[in-house]
Amino acid sequence: MEPTGPLTGAEIVCESLLKEGVDVLFGLPGGAVLPLYGALAKYPQLRHILVRHEQGASMAADGYARATGKVGVCVATSGPGATNLVTGIAGAMMDSVPMVAITGQVPRPAIGRDAFQETDVTGITLPITKHSYLVMDVADVAPAIKEAFHIARTGRPGPVLVDIPRDVLAADKTEFIWPEQVDLPGYNPPSFAHPALVSQAAELINQAEKPVIITGHGVLTSQASPELLEFAEKTQIPVVSTLLGISSFPTGHILDLGMAGMHGMAHAILAIDQADLLISLGMRFDDRVTGSLKDFAPNAKIVHVDIDPSELGKNKKADAAVAGDLKCVLQQLIPQVTPNVHIDWLRHIESLKGEHPPIQIRETEELLPQHVLRELSEATKGDSIIVTGVGQHQMWAAQFCAFQEPNTLITSGGHGSMGFEVPAAIGAKLGRPEKTVWSVAGDGGFQMTMCDLATAVENNIDVKFAILNNGSLGMVYQLQDLFFDKDYFATVYTGNPDFVKLAEAYGITGIRVNEQSQVADAIQQAMEVPGPVIIDFVVKEIDNVYPMIPSGQSAKQMLEESTPKRIDY
Amino acid sequence: MSQNGHQHTLVALVQDRPGVLTRVASMFRRRGYNIASLAVGKSEQLGLSRMTVVVNGDEDTVSQVTKQLDKLIEVIHVSNISNEETVVRELALIKVSSATANRGEIIQIVNLFRANIVDVGSQSMVIEITGEEDKIQALYNLLEPFGILEMLRTGRIAMVRGQSDGRVSDSIGIDLYGAGNGHGEIRAV
Repeated sequence: MEPTGPLTGAEIVCESLLKEGVDVLFGLPGGAVLPLYGALAKYPQLRHILVRHEQGASMAADGYARATGKVGVCVATSGPGATNLVTGIAGAMMDSVPMVAITGQVPRPAIGRDAFQETDVTGITLPITKHSYLVMDVADVAPAIKEAFHIARTGRPGPVLVDIPRDVLAADKTEFIWPEQVDLPGYNPPSFAHPALVSQAAELINQAEKPVIITGHGVLTSQASPELLEFAEKTQIPVVSTLLGISSFPTGHILDLGMAGMHGMAHAILAIDQADLLISLGMRFDDRVTGSLKDFAPNAKIVHVDIDPSELGKNKKADAAVAGDLKCVLQQLIPQVTPNVHIDWLRHIESLKGEHPPIQIRETEELLPQHVLRELSEATKGDSIIVTGVGQHQMWAAQFCAFQEPNTLITSGGHGSMGFEVPAAIGAKLGRPEKTVWSVAGDGGFQMTMCDLATAVENNIDVKFAILNNGSLGMVYQLQDLFFDKDYFATVYTGNPDFVKLAEAYGITGIRVNEQSQVADAIQQAMEVPGPVIIDFVVKEIDNVYPMIPSGQSAKQMLEESTPKRIDY
Repeated sequence: MSQNGHQHTLVALVQDRPGVLTRVASMFRRRGYNIASLAVGKSEQLGLSRMTVVVNGDEDTVSQVTKQLDKLIEVIHVSNISNEETVVRELALIKVSSATANRGEIIQIVNLFRANIVDVGSQSMVIEITGEEDKIQALYNLLEPFGILEMLRTGRIAMVRGQSDGRVSDSIGIDLYGAGNGHGEIRAV
């Protein structure tokens, strides 16, 4: 229904959000943004999820966006509300997630006077947003929101912040004019690539004898998984994935080699090391993928396809640098590449798998986090959405879980934010209510954002929280173990709460698991109970995550041995 | 002059909006690029400014700077005009200490450089000079013995000679993106 009559700035925000197809937003009100909340109350089509901390709002918007491919929306007030969004916005920037953050600002006459809860949020977020707006005129509200959504979702996606002073939100009634199109003469993201560059890439691909594909988040953001599958199957080129590329190619496919990088599969790392051509699709040669840049894929020519031209040549020089949308570029490439069997190369990779067996769990009576993730993968059959934060639990999830469908692993990659797993899982579940959503957390990350359990409970958002509770900051502990003389300072938590009682305190089911034998049943039980559930997996003996290529090193320095340790907490 | 590699001159056409300069400066700072100078002012098109940025660095760095600049939403176009035939100018105001005794000598130097004296006081003169940086530097060196009280420089502005509008294509004849413009159309220039 089109609005009748003139509207306030805040009502224009709401109408604009409806025009953009927004159905849910995550936020927490405060003084400067209150006029918007006044309007939101009259727009039940815009479901507002009240979080307990604004960091949860930006991270939930991120999880929603990754699960759906739509723009995630978060709202906060000026000052601390806005600054609390920052970690989630930075994560969306690093991982190229479409997000629009709307913040209230102090009234225009107060700007620059250090007013109560005044923070220069467009300034603070300048390097961590794709773009931002400070809307100083009510006539600019609708164009700013339209442009924000356009910029957030197109090209290389990213977060856009729209800061609106309170008096603009509360401005006198103005006619709502939704712009027909955006006016952004400096913004022309590429779609199809230049044919000369595509041919150059195709030629390298057709000549290669030992090619490897490496996928990044770009495959998911451009929804190019079907094209990737067709391309890989036609050329019979094996597919390695970065952490954020996981779920762009089905786990267990004959050409799937799994994850590369610091804690990647040994055979995947060695395949890259020995390849004569690396076809890099929507990935940015992040240091956690490459280690030492000069020793990464040392024998390979590089074909690099990315929608962001500034990624081409940023970290690694490409022999064919193709700027374009992956879905379009793969459609251009597929007819130009010749079917090829690479029989010797594929056999060689099989032998690498034999020499370096894919991740195994060592024999022990103890409950290990790896047992949990293996069982979780079995129970969900790659059909659930797994959301993780950062750390050991994240790496084990990436190593042990199978993914069949795009966007089913949602993880804080580039920014590596602990605590992401709780709100992002809430956002993902709201976006994909038909999916089982597992928030896989460490006890460290979980305690950073567990206040948003209340958000899940209040809105009956059915997320299953699996806490891999080793009473420590496991990955940091691992780094101390390997590189800081086993000086385990400030990494052991001795005052953790009883997570089962915590579940009870929130009025939800809590399950404690101490034994390997209880894992499968607990997971099953959690999936049968409607609504949020917490499982506290108590892990006493901890392993380091292996394989591991220490920071800045190469495949030659890969560590594969594991030594168990006990932590007293 | 340059700390590593060479000096490169980039010319950017940008939307004249609040915060554009901050975005450009913030990008340079964040990525650790080294700006030698930055000059900005209105262009011939309403609502658009033109920026001349002088950057120190090797070819790869400057290619990154160019792409990162172009990535900013409000930047409409960036050209690296370092290898083009260009007109390069900078303006400086130099206040030099001058007593009656040496005024004549200073005026001679100023005339040699075709510079202008724009203010004369009992103990000082303000000299305006326009030219390439080394010409300004040469004048500065000659005036230094008299005592320089203050100097202001605008930073380099540069323009490609001939009919070009300043857009420079890259070596393979396609623009920076080597790609379509978002609507599936190939944009070769």
